[in-house]
Amino acid sequence: MSKLRTARDGADDGYVPSQRRIERERFRRARTRRATAVAALSTLVTAAVLYLVITRSPGWPRTRETFFSAEYAAKALPEVLDGLLLNLRLLVVCGAAVLVLGLLLAVARTLRGPVFFPLRALATAYTDFFRGLPLIICLLMVVFGVPALRLQGVTTDPVLLGGSALVLTYSAYVAEVFRAGIESVHPSQRAAARSLGLTSGQTLRFVVLPQAVRRVVPPLLNDLVSLQKDTGLVSIAGAVDAVYAAQIIAGKDFNFTPYVVAGLVFVALTIPMTRCTDWVTARMDRRRAQGGLV
Amino acid sequence: MRLANRPLGLAACATVVLLTAAVGCAPQDASPGGPGAAGPRQQSCDRGRLATVADGKLTVGTDKPAYAPWFHDDDPASGKGFESAVAYAVARRLGYGKGAVDWRTVPFNNAFAPGAKKFDFDINQISISPARKRAVAFSSGYYDVRQAVVALKGSPAAKARSVADLRRLKLGAQVGSTSLDVVEDTVRPAQRPAVFQKNDFAKSALKNGQVDAILTDLPTAFYITSAEVKNAEVVGQFADTGAAHEQFGLVLDRESRLTRCVTAAVDALRKDGTLAALEKKWLTDAVSVPVLK
Repeated sequence: MSKLRTARDGADDGYVPSQRRIERERFRRARTRRATAVAALSTLVTAAVLYLVITRSPGWPRTRETFFSAEYAAKALPEVLDGLLLNLRLLVVCGAAVLVLGLLLAVARTLRGPVFFPLRALATAYTDFFRGLPLIICLLMVVFGVPALRLQGVTTDPVLLGGSALVLTYSAYVAEVFRAGIESVHPSQRAAARSLGLTSGQTLRFVVLPQAVRRVVPPLLNDLVSLQKDTGLVSIAGAVDAVYAAQIIAGKDFNFTPYVVAGLVFVALTIPMTRCTDWVTARMDRRRAQGGLV
Repeated sequence: MRLANRPLGLAACATVVLLTAAVGCAPQDASPGGPGAAGPRQQSCDRGRLATVADGKLTVGTDKPAYAPWFHDDDPASGKGFESAVAYAVARRLGYGKGAVDWRTVPFNNAFAPGAKKFDFDINQISISPARKRAVAFSSGYYDVRQAVVALKGSPAAKARSVADLRRLKLGAQVGSTSLDVVEDTVRPAQRPAVFQKNDFAKSALKNGQVDAILTDLPTAFYITSAEVKNAEVVGQFADTGAAHEQFGLVLDRESRLTRCVTAAVDALRKDGTLAALEKKWLTDAVSVPVLK
């Protein structure tokens, strides 16, 4: 549009676009229109082909009945949402615990000085072990193994135990993400901070961590989304989460629609989370780039 | 210009080809074996010459591990255990000897997934229900199931004498089982029941005191108390709810041509007393267990 106006209002500032330029602009507009038309047409054709291939496939009526039955969707939705409450509670509590524990582990691993060697070694061993241990095995050990010890005062509640198992495994992942962030801060930053008289603790708190944490927000979100889905694994000990609620109905009536419902509910939960982090990242970038980008 | 046009032409050609494929081929695939096909009902049950998945073989599915007392030592092909014996008896009726029976591992969820089945019939303690019949075909029932309650000896749960006594307890059952339906529909406990992926987890939770009692079918309950959790006992069984009594059935594809033949075989086995004899041989007699009121 701006080009159009330039061409038309040109007389004001004495600029008259050449015939060639007017023609070139007209040609470009025509090309743009054509490109839009082709894109729209090809999208339509692709959609039509997909629609036909799926709906005319021999198994479609069966598939529709088994996976997309409105009746079962209506039946499953309240149960799935009920189960989702458990997922959300676990996500909030475990998410917070994982971030705190992960950061502590990462800091422990990056501490310098020979006196901290045992702490470093322990943190390293912890991340190595729990990052390698399959989550499901960790869950089984904690959820069924801990109550088997019959310790006084230790809970047998599967949700609490399952939540602890999730924190054990995920804090190992998140610690590595934080460590990557901490190590990505250039040594000159640390050197500059120390030369200004900051102690090593102050350097970490006011110079290194603020930069490190900002850099790792996107991968952290990745782990959080992953955690959100894995909260369902707590159901191994009998607690009913969204996916398990779906499985209960599916197993009872041999219809898979509840799974689809549960899947969509999780996707619907993830999308606002991603948008929110995008917004946070963009805000951080804006603040960092005060005075404009060069 | 000419270069720019080429992808357009290509795309157009591809579209035509794809549309032809989508519209032209699909209906043809649908006819053989589909529900509307002329053949399936007339299929005769010629002994040993059924339209099975693998020619000349009868493919029987069950989950892995295959649990006792339905199977022995996780080996369905041994012929030992109630369901293994029933499968071989049905096969013999259909004209397939022991060597012509192939066992295949079919996880519970795969037994009712739509799409081509890899088994002729599946035997896995699956109860017949009208809702399930919308997804699969069942043979007639080969076993009348009763649900039972298992609790640790001496625990408060072991003193339950009625369904009302169970209401205050923390109960557990396996997902996809009719035991869970009994918990939800008959017992309706005050606390949310624990739902387990497998009876193995239910047993662990019972031993750990994470649940007060678990519900399973009666033969499984007997097996748990006699072999697996020795300090547990069968507290009681649920009363047969009359006309709608629960039965295990063989699962077939909804459009399977064998359903009629397999049903006929099961009916014949029931009539000539084979099923009763196999029950007596492999499953514990249930008379001694009190019925919960």
